[in-house]
Amino acid sequence: MNIKLGNSQIVIERKPPTKTMFSDLIGPLIALFLALLVSAAIIALSGVNPILAYTSMIDGAFGNFRSFAETVVKATPLLLAALGLTISYRTGLVSIGAEGQIVMGGLMATLAGIYFTMLPGFVLIPLVMLAGMLGGGLWGAIPGYLKAKLGVSEVINTIMLNYIAIFFVTYLLDIPLREPPGYFPQSAMIAKQAWLPIMVTGTRFHLGVLFAIIAILVVYFLLWRSPIGYQMRAVGLSQTTAHTSGINVKKNLVLAMGLSGAFAGLAGMVEVAAIHHRLVNSFSSGYGFDAMAVALLGKLHPAGVVIAALFFGALRVGANMMQRTAQVPASLVFVIQGLVILFVLMDALLRQYSIRIVKEDVVHG
Amino acid sequence: MDEVNVIGFVQAAIRMSTPILLAGLGGLFTSRVGIINFALEGIMVTGAFFGVFGSYISGSPWIGALFGMIGGMAAALILGFMSITVKVDQVVSGTGINILFLGLTSYLLNIVFDIGAKPSQVASFQDIPIPILSQIPFIGPILFNQNALVYIAMLLVPFCYYVIYKTSFGLTLRAVGEHPRAADSLGISVVKTRYIAIVISGLLGGLGGAFLSIAQLSVFMENMTAGRGYVAWASVTVGNWNPFGILGASLLFGLADALQLRLQAFGIGIPHQFFMMLPYILTMLVLAGVVGRTVGPSAMGKPYSSESK
Repeated sequence: MNIKLGNSQIVIERKPPTKTMFSDLIGPLIALFLALLVSAAIIALSGVNPILAYTSMIDGAFGNFRSFAETVVKATPLLLAALGLTISYRTGLVSIGAEGQIVMGGLMATLAGIYFTMLPGFVLIPLVMLAGMLGGGLWGAIPGYLKAKLGVSEVINTIMLNYIAIFFVTYLLDIPLREPPGYFPQSAMIAKQAWLPIMVTGTRFHLGVLFAIIAILVVYFLLWRSPIGYQMRAVGLSQTTAHTSGINVKKNLVLAMGLSGAFAGLAGMVEVAAIHHRLVNSFSSGYGFDAMAVALLGKLHPAGVVIAALFFGALRVGANMMQRTAQVPASLVFVIQGLVILFVLMDALLRQYSIRIVKEDVVHG
Repeated sequence: MDEVNVIGFVQAAIRMSTPILLAGLGGLFTSRVGIINFALEGIMVTGAFFGVFGSYISGSPWIGALFGMIGGMAAALILGFMSITVKVDQVVSGTGINILFLGLTSYLLNIVFDIGAKPSQVASFQDIPIPILSQIPFIGPILFNQNALVYIAMLLVPFCYYVIYKTSFGLTLRAVGEHPRAADSLGISVVKTRYIAIVISGLLGGLGGAFLSIAQLSVFMENMTAGRGYVAWASVTVGNWNPFGILGASLLFGLADALQLRLQAFGIGIPHQFFMMLPYILTMLVLAGVVGRTVGPSAMGKPYSSESK
């Protein structure tokens, strides 16, 4: 396909797909660019200047230190859950269940924080963490077990478990866990010494951010530097090959889903212990679904996932500003996310084409 | 419950199973050609929005249903493009489509009906009692006093069965889903057949979504499908890839849905959230029970390319 542009031409042609370090980076960037371009068109169609919308979004997310801290705070649960999904996706399991695992992690963390008030902070915080990871991990292990044992698709089961978790928590907050005065569907506060301390005064930059940074390294070493990770990735590449080389495929399926859930559970724990300090309905506000887009945009690699999580954190914070100043509905964020997923998937197709700008005389010569 | 209540309850259960039935039948067509239609949730939510939009601008629920079907088809075509032409993971692209259209419909809702405004009521499908048949005791009011879309959905069940099992088009569909290479060597266009199935699933899924917004209710609300698209997809497996099986599975979900609404209204001792969980738990149980004993189309989820071996 040739597009004329003055005295030069843009030539788009098919070429054999190339794969380099560079193209791994450029693919997601192109996907991001296209997603923002299509969203800009949607904004423009609704009668708002897309540049105004995007600048107010950037201003909202990075305008001052406080808003930047807010971006990091929003990115933290996304990062944790996406790191978990990286593990399950690398093992070849398409988990949609991070949301439910976050919810169950938050629930277990809340229970630990409510009932072990006598413990000092340095014991209670690790305990609350452990409870959160256990809640998410067990919730994740259920579809893993059903997949390994009965061959039931983890896709449908993880979705079903999301709804079950959400309704279960709604019930708990409606009756047994409702805080004593009982006006709102929310639990009692967790013990004060279990609150994750704020690290920069005047912001919500909390200790959980540090957990997330450590988790990046943990997931990297787990997947690429440990025998467990080697086995899980082998299962992800081919279950048959993994099986014939003596790897216990079933064990790895359950383990990957459990670990994946544990990181999502940690995300739930961070939301409860650092932000809400109690269990409230929809405290996760869709982090688990956004985490899927984060994991995919990050090309299922911890380094990429960090950047993607910060980007989506910025989207969340910036979208509110955009709605206030440019009157663009914040739900545009979901449009951008969905488009990012689709364009990242199209990466392989786009990579088959090269775009060159050719001067007219060169074409004729 | 006395007789009047029982009738009302079963009537509601059938009504609530209809959107799942319609979308499930749509999912059946794509699964028959080997495509995992994970985008049904996005297709339904698009159908629900454009159903209200069409009814809003025209004042006729039928135009609304048509808009919903076209909207659903547009969403489905993206899945078709991703899975047939680009040949990428169907579950992940389906998820992308779902997030995209969930966002796009609530974005459009805010643009068309203003941010924060109360959702506008639009013309919706009303119950049409069928003469004579609706006079039959018990069965009459349950089966023959429903809205037009319920009748259409019920008639679609035998019709889809006929199309899939008794026509050459149905044979083509099944051949493409079971053995695309063999179908290709017989001169059947795998790509074209898969796109046709995608269009059908979009039309039916869109109609299922429109049912929620202009037959069950008369407004559109953000994320109003609330996972019904996923349940519809599950109902295809639970229903053993058969229209009558899907009817049974969707009735099961409809019953649970109607039950939790009843309990919420009456305030019986059992918390209603447990009944809201019920369809999802049932899906898991049934899947754990049937998988392994039933066999779906063998090319499920596999992109087809005539170049590769």
